Amino acid sequence: MKNNIKQLEKMANTLRQDVIRMLVEAGSGHTAGPLGLADIFAALYFNVLKHNPKNPKWEQRDRLCLSCGHVVPIRYAAMARAGYFPLSWLKTLRKLGSKLQGHPSYQDMPALEHSSGPLGQGVSVAVGMALAAKMKKQKHFVYCVTSDGEQDEGETWEAILCAAKYKLDNLIFILDRNMIQIDGFTEKIMPLTHLHEKYQAFRWHVQKIDGNNMKQILAALNNAKRIKGKPKVIVAHTIPGKGVSFMENKWEWHGKAPTVEEANRALIELKN
Amino acid sequence: MIINNKKLEMKSCRDGFGKALLELGKKDKKVVVVSADLAESTRCLDFSKEYPSRFFEVGVAEQNMAGVGAGLALEGLTPFICSFAVFSPGRNWEQIRVSICYNKANVKIVSSHAGLNVGEDGATHQALEDIALMRVLPNMTVIAPCDFEETQKAVMAAAKIEGPVYIRFGREKTPIISGNSKFQIGKANILRQGKNVTIIACGPMVYEALAAADELAKQKISAEVINCHTIKPIDKATIIKSAKKTKKVITIEEHQVNGGLGSAVAEVLSQKCPVPMKIIGMLDKFGESGTAKQLLDKYELNASKIIKVIKMNARNH
Ligand SMILES: Cc1ncc(C[n+]2csc(CCOP(=O)(O)OP(=O)(O)O)c2C)c(N)n1
Ligand SMILES: [Mg+2]
Repeated sequence: MKNNIKQLEKMANTLRQDVIRMLVEAGSGHTAGPLGLADIFAALYFNVLKHNPKNPKWEQRDRLCLSCGHVVPIRYAAMARAGYFPLSWLKTLRKLGSKLQGHPSYQDMPALEHSSGPLGQGVSVAVGMALAAKMKKQKHFVYCVTSDGEQDEGETWEAILCAAKYKLDNLIFILDRNMIQIDGFTEKIMPLTHLHEKYQAFRWHVQKIDGNNMKQILAALNNAKRIKGKPKVIVAHTIPGKGVSFMENKWEWHGKAPTVEEANRALIELKN
Repeated sequence: MIINNKKLEMKSCRDGFGKALLELGKKDKKVVVVSADLAESTRCLDFSKEYPSRFFEVGVAEQNMAGVGAGLALEGLTPFICSFAVFSPGRNWEQIRVSICYNKANVKIVSSHAGLNVGEDGATHQALEDIALMRVLPNMTVIAPCDFEETQKAVMAAAKIEGPVYIRFGREKTPIISGNSKFQIGKANILRQGKNVTIIACGPMVYEALAAADELAKQKISAEVINCHTIKPIDKATIIKSAKKTKKVITIEEHQVNGGLGSAVAEVLSQKCPVPMKIIGMLDKFGESGTAKQLLDKYELNASKIIKVIKMNARNH
């Protein structure tokens, strides 16, 4: 299922529309992060990941951990489009009885690999999974999507130290560097300056990319897979709210769902 | 330490844990250990030497330890994560809640240095709240073994069941009282039959309960002693049956009176078989430095306290 760049860009746009439709239907949820991450999730599910939607627990699959669980609508959209479950399920997001819980629920959807939402936890789980793979001499990769806000958490840095100690070169972080978190811009709430250098100092291999540029996303992921001897992070600079002019770079859209009117305007922009 | 005129051997629960881990390691290749810079103290050091490729040292990072444990478990391994009870589950409760319990990850959380018997290190290191913390979590099993032998059995039993288990014990050597009694998770052991009062205990307080029953017998009070090693799921049937017989229940634990064994027993009895009850434990206070013996005496976690409470109650009825 390896889509080319044109197809992936088109898919990212489709996923963005899915996210808007899901959120307006749900009436609550996170908008900015998922829109910013659409290109990365299109790349993962339709080019990079070794996976089988019809057999989600296939032993040799790449593991995809989502540590910043609040952005899960984009993952649900990508999974539905990839064939993990019917598209019609997307409309059940956050509703009673749905497998699409507000934050990822492993018991409801084992293909998510683990539950997340409380920031800082998924990165440790990913380290545990990468250690297990090394121990069992398995060949798959463990990808972990984390966010800039999540770098505020102490546990994140515990996990970063640990991954470096065990030279987990089967572990690839994709860090959503969108410069926003709940209360405002990251550099105002808790400056993360020199994130690149910080990871380097922790003995990680670091790449910095435009996370909304499909060519750069694919190149970085492919390059990360080749690097041996250390864990890898791709610091992906994304535009939160990407694709919808009145949402772009607005931290106010971190955790707000669009109204019907806003959703319609957003969809018109995305269709153009 | 003497019970029934028998001198009892003294050993620590943590040594029992270390021994059981070695045995498990040999039997089951899926057993792995994660330590947070307390391998010697928690006694997982021998495992680390015997099975270095199955031992992960994460440093002083209990939150990461819990998450790493969850990741290993989700990949089919059986991790034991080891630290002191104040730090794990004290520091990493929410990681245990979500990464371990919500995922139903097969992680065994084993914590040493629980209770006042930590002694000289003082209040910061004396976990007296951990049973309460773990007992409220869905999918979690909570065990407080009473001695060296029972700790080994608890560890073996925990490895056999699928899902999160919390095992807590103290630092000190304590008398071995469980002998070759059977150990089944969720099934309390009646160590001594009686008819006037039921004493329900866990951990090192089981010895104190037996010692109290010995002394009470001399005073013509017949006490039933129950070793309630599993606090969750609690053995309702055994507790109710005993309470129906004796109509008086005392609990004792090396833990706060709020939320621990006593609370668990009260939750059962108040709803199924209300009888007069007394809960002995730490009275909503922090501990302090001192020897284990001094502290257990000062805060009245001992046989004399049990006897005092029972006799006072007998007078009041
Ligand atoms: C441990 C924890 N504390 C607080 C929260 C609440 N929370 C949810 S998202 C978020 C902001 C995180 O920033 P980031 O992930 O960068 O958000 P985004 O870029 O998607 O806006 C916070 C504080 C949480 N989920 N977990
Ligand atoms: Mg952010």
